[in-house]
Amino acid sequence: MNKKYKIIFSALLILVVSALSFLVLDTNQLEVLNPKGTIALKEYKLILFCTWMMLIVVVPVLIITVVFAWKYRSDNPKSKYKPNDHQNHLGEIIWWGVPFVIIIILGIVTWKGCIELDPFTPLESSKKPLKIQVVALQWKWLFIYPEHEIATINFVQFPEQTPINFEITADAPMNSFWIPQLGGQIYAMPGMVAKLHLIADEEGSYRGSSANLSGKGFSGMKFVAKSSSEADFNAWVENVKQSTPLDYTQVAVPSEYAPAAFYSLPEEGLFNQIVMKYMVP
Amino acid sequence: MLGRLSDVYKHDFIEYAAGYSMLIGAIFLIGYLTYKKKWKWLWKEYITSLDPKKIGMMYLVVAMLSLVKGLVDALMMRAQQVLSVGESHGYLASDHFQQLFTAHGTTMIFFVGMGIIFALMNLIVPLQIGARDVAFPFLNAVSFYLYAVGAGLVVLSLVVGEFSGTGWVCYPPLSGLAYNPGVGVDYWIWSVQIAGIGSLLSGLNFFVTIVKMRCPGMTLMKMPIFIWSVLGTLVLILFAFPILTATIGMLTLDRYLDMHFFTPDFGGNPMMYINLIWAWGHPEVYILVLPAFGVFSEIVAVFSQKRLFGYVSMVWALAAITFLSFIVWLHHFFTMGASANANAFFGIMTMLIAVPTGVKLFNWLFTMHRGRVLFTTPMLWFLGFVFIFVIGGMTGVLMSAAPADYQVHNSLFLIAHFHSTIIGAVVFAFFCGLTYWFPKIFGYKLNERLGRYAFWCWMIGFLLAFMPLYFLGLMGATRRLDHYDATTGWQPLFIVAAAGVILISIGFFFQVLQVIVSYRQRKENLDTTGDPWNGRTLEWSIPSPPPEYNFAVIPHVHDIDAFWSMKHERTKHKPPSEVIWEDILMPKNTPLAALIGGFSFLMGFCLIWHIMWLAGLSLAGVIICMVIRLAEKNTEHLISAKEVQRST
Repeated sequence: MNKKYKIIFSALLILVVSALSFLVLDTNQLEVLNPKGTIALKEYKLILFCTWMMLIVVVPVLIITVVFAWKYRSDNPKSKYKPNDHQNHLGEIIWWGVPFVIIIILGIVTWKGCIELDPFTPLESSKKPLKIQVVALQWKWLFIYPEHEIATINFVQFPEQTPINFEITADAPMNSFWIPQLGGQIYAMPGMVAKLHLIADEEGSYRGSSANLSGKGFSGMKFVAKSSSEADFNAWVENVKQSTPLDYTQVAVPSEYAPAAFYSLPEEGLFNQIVMKYMVP
Repeated sequence: MLGRLSDVYKHDFIEYAAGYSMLIGAIFLIGYLTYKKKWKWLWKEYITSLDPKKIGMMYLVVAMLSLVKGLVDALMMRAQQVLSVGESHGYLASDHFQQLFTAHGTTMIFFVGMGIIFALMNLIVPLQIGARDVAFPFLNAVSFYLYAVGAGLVVLSLVVGEFSGTGWVCYPPLSGLAYNPGVGVDYWIWSVQIAGIGSLLSGLNFFVTIVKMRCPGMTLMKMPIFIWSVLGTLVLILFAFPILTATIGMLTLDRYLDMHFFTPDFGGNPMMYINLIWAWGHPEVYILVLPAFGVFSEIVAVFSQKRLFGYVSMVWALAAITFLSFIVWLHHFFTMGASANANAFFGIMTMLIAVPTGVKLFNWLFTMHRGRVLFTTPMLWFLGFVFIFVIGGMTGVLMSAAPADYQVHNSLFLIAHFHSTIIGAVVFAFFCGLTYWFPKIFGYKLNERLGRYAFWCWMIGFLLAFMPLYFLGLMGATRRLDHYDATTGWQPLFIVAAAGVILISIGFFFQVLQVIVSYRQRKENLDTTGDPWNGRTLEWSIPSPPPEYNFAVIPHVHDIDAFWSMKHERTKHKPPSEVIWEDILMPKNTPLAALIGGFSFLMGFCLIWHIMWLAGLSLAGVIICMVIRLAEKNTEHLISAKEVQRST
């Protein structure tokens, strides 16, 4: 086999191989690209916009690489050879300038996005937001509904099209709270309260997990986030209220792969106690 | 008396197997050296040597052994992720899996990444600037031994005790006493701390070398571009590594004296650690990548047989990257909840880095324009780098838009991104540079055919191993998972990724084979001219391998690409008959650097296991060695002018 064919063969092989990994994909499972909430949708659009902007530079680079490498190969007698060419002011202005302009555009979009999608900013909606307090424990998620006086483990339910105000802390090493189809993450840190405002546009069950290593049982820190109709949600709350009262000290004992559990909430201000625990001298 | 050594650490079968196989390997190596009667040679030529070329080779050996270890870690992790789905929990316990990825990250960054850049610096920097040695040869040897001690401690943790399972940057409070009282985190602390001090000293050494020891005529704007890139790295090392030392120092105080710098109670703050570690950690990735850019700049010019395009632009691009890399650290934790304006500032600064990086890419490509491109192995590594790095750069800019990062932070998308940049740039550049400079260092060329096989295995292996990770990240797969549900649909992609790692390992096997085959056929591939590639810079003007003193006569430089102009514009240069030979002073061998390394190793080990009396004694040993070295008078030996003349 001569050299030319070897190169073509190798390039084809790479293409086929890369294409193969697409084949095994089920596009519905690309959660970040299948947003089900306003926040996730905006973040998804930003991802797409950035990608398109960058392709303006990336595509020419890849084409130039292939063309130059092929055209100026040493055994091509037809190409020009100018061993001392090393400057072209116009060219350099273009490739300092064009990426710079693109970055300015991306920068403006990012700045706006940062303000608009700041996780601490409440969402505008005609509906009254639902407050859910989240505590990362070793190694499970505790959800407290202070207004409804219930608490759950590794399962969270809320009505659709209602803004949810998550208040997030940890009584464990740092975790990161993430429901990919509803929107991006925020860290759950002991002694700190982070806020995250999300909304689900339709009914469904979404996967949630921790994105930051927190010790032995980290892989088991998953939960289901269920958005249902308002009526279903109220019925569910009433149902959970009948459960046994939450015993925090018992729940906080480290355990791995904890199943979903439901409790009524006997004491008020549990969340604040957990946060303030780290504040006493 | 023996501190925590009496604590019992249970190991499973796999850990025993790893530990014992290493022990058997060591015994085999010792036996082989004894059988071949090589101990004296090893002692004289390497262990006690202060010659940067020899020290560079030792860096190479340690870095390559670390690479093997890191690769095995990677293979084991992917195997676990392929097997551990739904009902099955794989073959590794979760804490063992966590030790694996921590060891993988620590090894790859500190002992492979830093190892290969210091190897290249030691081997090439003095040769390219026309110097006979580095500024502080003894300090250079000490730096190497401190680096090797760090690598040694990580390996030792396999056999005695356990390694940290907290991720390679060891975030508190997870790495604090409350959640991790064992020796694992202490192994991480002392291996990184000791190696880090070595890196800092080395940074200082080479900075002074480049600033003060360039040959006459080599002004800053006439330095080879590789030297510029190394200078950028050294500035970063000098500013960033003290932060690492101080941060780990405070973590050490937290763990040893129960202080509360980084625990959430008693007024401590883990967010402070995260800021500090990344104030070092972000410059660190540029510390690794700048010399990689330098290597590519050299080889593109040589193998396009054309002058590097836009030298001045390249220098300014390097300077811009060096500066910007210090004001972007917050992008490692956009999700911590900083204000929108803070996130936006750090995001935009991060994006700005793409501009000088893009300029470098265009300049490399236009170096090929109207050149005569030779498709040697180094050139293949370069072209592979362009493809992979472009993908890595693109996803990097994507993640610097903070709200987009909220959706991919700490996911496998991020893992794919930084492997694209680090493997694509740093590792590929290293193989590229090693193939290019191999004849200079060892005196014979590497086998081209096996080199090409290795390249294609790495290239295709890389695509298989990391392209699926981008998709896994978008599917919501976070990093560091040792188990996931079958319903997620991640398993097929993990299998593809595992196949990629296997292919990369095959590529590495080809490289080992390449070195062995090339060594056995060295007589046919001998580099007798000293200039096998038609080189452009000073290192090609001297014999391969270079004599101890590098340059018999210190060259005078008039141009960028000094050696190229010597070959092509003879009028400017003196004919050889007028050469004045001179006596040369070179440093004598000394065992003290290795001894300091030995004492540091003992000290690190004792501190990990809380054997404080012996740690104190070893520290005293280190200080005594330094005092002895400072008091020594005859540290140099003379090579007479006649001898120099005879050997050229």
